Amino acid sequence: MSNEAILHGSEVSTHEAHHDGHGEHHHHETFISKYVFSMDHKMIAKQFLITGIIWAILGGLMSVLFRLQLGFPDATFPWLENILGHWAKGGKIQPEFYYALVTMHGTVLVFFVLTAGLSGTFANFLIPLQIGARDMASPFMNMLSYWFFFLSSVVMVSSLFIQTGPASGGWTSYPPLSALGDASLGSKTGMDLWLISMALFVVSSLLGGLNYISTILNMRTKGMSMTRLPLTIWALFFTAVLGVLSFPVLLSGFILLLFDRHAGTSFYLSDIFLASTQKALPNEGGSAILYQHLFWFLGHPEVYIILLPAMGMVSEVMSTNARKPIFGYMAMVGSIFAITILAFLVWAHHMFVTGLNPFLGSFFVLLTLLIAVPSAIKVFNWLTTLWRGNIRFTPAMLFAIGFVSLFISGGLTGIWLGNSSLDIHLHDTYFVIAHFHIVMGVASFFGMFCGVYHWFPKMYGRYLNNTMGYIHFWITIVGAYLIFWPMHYEGLAGMPRRYLDYSGWASFNQFGGLNHFISIVSMIVFAVQLLFVFNFFYSIFKGRRVKSENPWGSNTLEWTTPIHPGHGNWVGEIPEVHRWAYDYGKDGREFISQTEPISANESEHH
Amino acid sequence: MNIAMNEQVGEQKKRIHPHKFTLWVGLASVIMMFAGLTSAYIVKRSAQSWITIEFPKTFWYSTVVMLASSLTMQMALRDFKQRDMAKYRRLLTYTALLGVLFIVLQFVGFSNLWKSGTTFEGSGEGQFLYIIAGLHILHVLGGVVALLIMFLKAFSAKKKNYDAIPVEVMSTYWHFVDILWLYLFVFFLAVA
Repeated sequence: MSNEAILHGSEVSTHEAHHDGHGEHHHHETFISKYVFSMDHKMIAKQFLITGIIWAILGGLMSVLFRLQLGFPDATFPWLENILGHWAKGGKIQPEFYYALVTMHGTVLVFFVLTAGLSGTFANFLIPLQIGARDMASPFMNMLSYWFFFLSSVVMVSSLFIQTGPASGGWTSYPPLSALGDASLGSKTGMDLWLISMALFVVSSLLGGLNYISTILNMRTKGMSMTRLPLTIWALFFTAVLGVLSFPVLLSGFILLLFDRHAGTSFYLSDIFLASTQKALPNEGGSAILYQHLFWFLGHPEVYIILLPAMGMVSEVMSTNARKPIFGYMAMVGSIFAITILAFLVWAHHMFVTGLNPFLGSFFVLLTLLIAVPSAIKVFNWLTTLWRGNIRFTPAMLFAIGFVSLFISGGLTGIWLGNSSLDIHLHDTYFVIAHFHIVMGVASFFGMFCGVYHWFPKMYGRYLNNTMGYIHFWITIVGAYLIFWPMHYEGLAGMPRRYLDYSGWASFNQFGGLNHFISIVSMIVFAVQLLFVFNFFYSIFKGRRVKSENPWGSNTLEWTTPIHPGHGNWVGEIPEVHRWAYDYGKDGREFISQTEPISANESEHH
Repeated sequence: MNIAMNEQVGEQKKRIHPHKFTLWVGLASVIMMFAGLTSAYIVKRSAQSWITIEFPKTFWYSTVVMLASSLTMQMALRDFKQRDMAKYRRLLTYTALLGVLFIVLQFVGFSNLWKSGTTFEGSGEGQFLYIIAGLHILHVLGGVVALLIMFLKAFSAKKKNYDAIPVEVMSTYWHFVDILWLYLFVFFLAVA
């Protein structure tokens, strides 16, 4: 309650008396204030989650569409023309639309699903609940954060419906292609809408991030020292730090790009002859590489903005379900910190083949390979947490273990790609696609699923269906490996990414059958994700009811709130914290909640 | 019960107020944006077709105006803390007016530069100046809007509020845009 005292300043005395009696807020809530313009962090979290799910379905569907083209380059699908009109003339996906699909697939999944949908959901939901606060430092800014995201989503969706189509220059939107409207269809209005949408997204992400940081640092309950925080909170904290420091730089890059597009400046443009208009452009002195520096200064931290929350949730779920303390708590915190620092120092490893000075490149190789150290520490600690645990194989736990598997497989190929000499061969091939989809895409999705299965009972007071959960897990993990493992071989053989049709190339003809196979598996995996979506919405209304406050036998504070917590989270006072979050299997007891004082004949974990 | 509560509040009071803290993190984020742009400037400066400009004289005047507005903001904060509301409102008004004057002077500087032949064509010092100083103007404008809101609140008859936190947040932000401009000003003069 001291949090509110300090926020409301001079009104303390009257407010305190009110809270002593009731604890929870009793606003007169209308439908609008409860479900739409809500300032309750739990409702905002659900808004982020459901918007993220809708985006994930759309983004996933796009990948199924372009896998249709890649797996069946000779076939025609007349029904496609019925849905997509001139983008699929004669039942074949048109080249311009193919590029639009891959661009939007990347943009949607990287930003709208795995940034907003993942950390937007769980930072909002877990931070106040796990640190013992009634809400965020600024619930109003929190609400704005969601609505900026919503607005950004509306702009991005609308770009799908314009005549010239959405942005199609790749999710990185490199100039000069993205700067010149005449260069391609997707570089016209679609590109402007993309930039506007992304600018709104940056605003949303900053408003959210500011709030997460100041809430974690300033609003912890009594006794919740930083070293007693659950690892989820540490991960979400560093995620927010990464976002707050790197997104503004991306915005700078976008502003310069907008001026190049519309005001005639040449920050990124120089010596260009446009084939489509048969004209030489007057722009001089610009540098397209400048954009790449500004973009990847966000772009690389962005990878960790996506991955860190997944890592935090996996640590928490794994310790809870192995009924063992997390192995090496301080090493886990230290490695997240190390990853955060290194994330800012490695961006140029995306630019090894841009003509970057090889001498400079070698520093970026070294810094990139250094990330293997904290990553290995984390993997070691997860494995040792599992070692001789009393593992409960809940769907959440399976996804947590699956995350570690994917993180190892995808992380190892990162060591290959981090070497600038190997990257000359592997750059822009399917090897890169395989690497980042496994380590960042699928792994983070697993972290998100792990979080959804684990905290669904806290969100809705009901369980997700377990059988559907197991089907979802097994098909997804087997499918993910079947889709992306073969791509490593294609990449090693030099098969480039972003091509529409490989059948005309003698070197890549041999992969026709493999591409066929990958496409079929990706459709099955997509269908299983729809099963999860069904499970999600079905269980909100019809799932098995949660009967106890602490269904997983967990130590953290969110499980000390009522089954259906109101705005304010705790009835009465916020509990005081007396120990770290991982006292599982201590002194013969299965779990000891953080709220339980250290007894006389017990020593605290340090 | 009440004593325990007061102790808790006391313990919290030693820490920085969450809203102030949020502001500081937000300022770090704004700094990163301008750091991105000024580093782009430094990189581009070594390119062959780099064109320098003659720095508009008006920017010297606007710098003085900006510094003066910081002074009036600080005085407003002092008067608020001494509960001299009449003086507080007057100084708040001066600060907002000086902010508007700053923006006007910046635009005068821009138009002089434009008339001297430096348009958006190209990517030299002038184009960077338009964009970087333009973004700074947007931040000042945000500050002016915030000042207007505080001004209206100070005249509200319904509620008497002596909570200094919002005024402190406001003054920190205002000093920040001031220092940010000083940095940019010196940057443009020194790194041409």
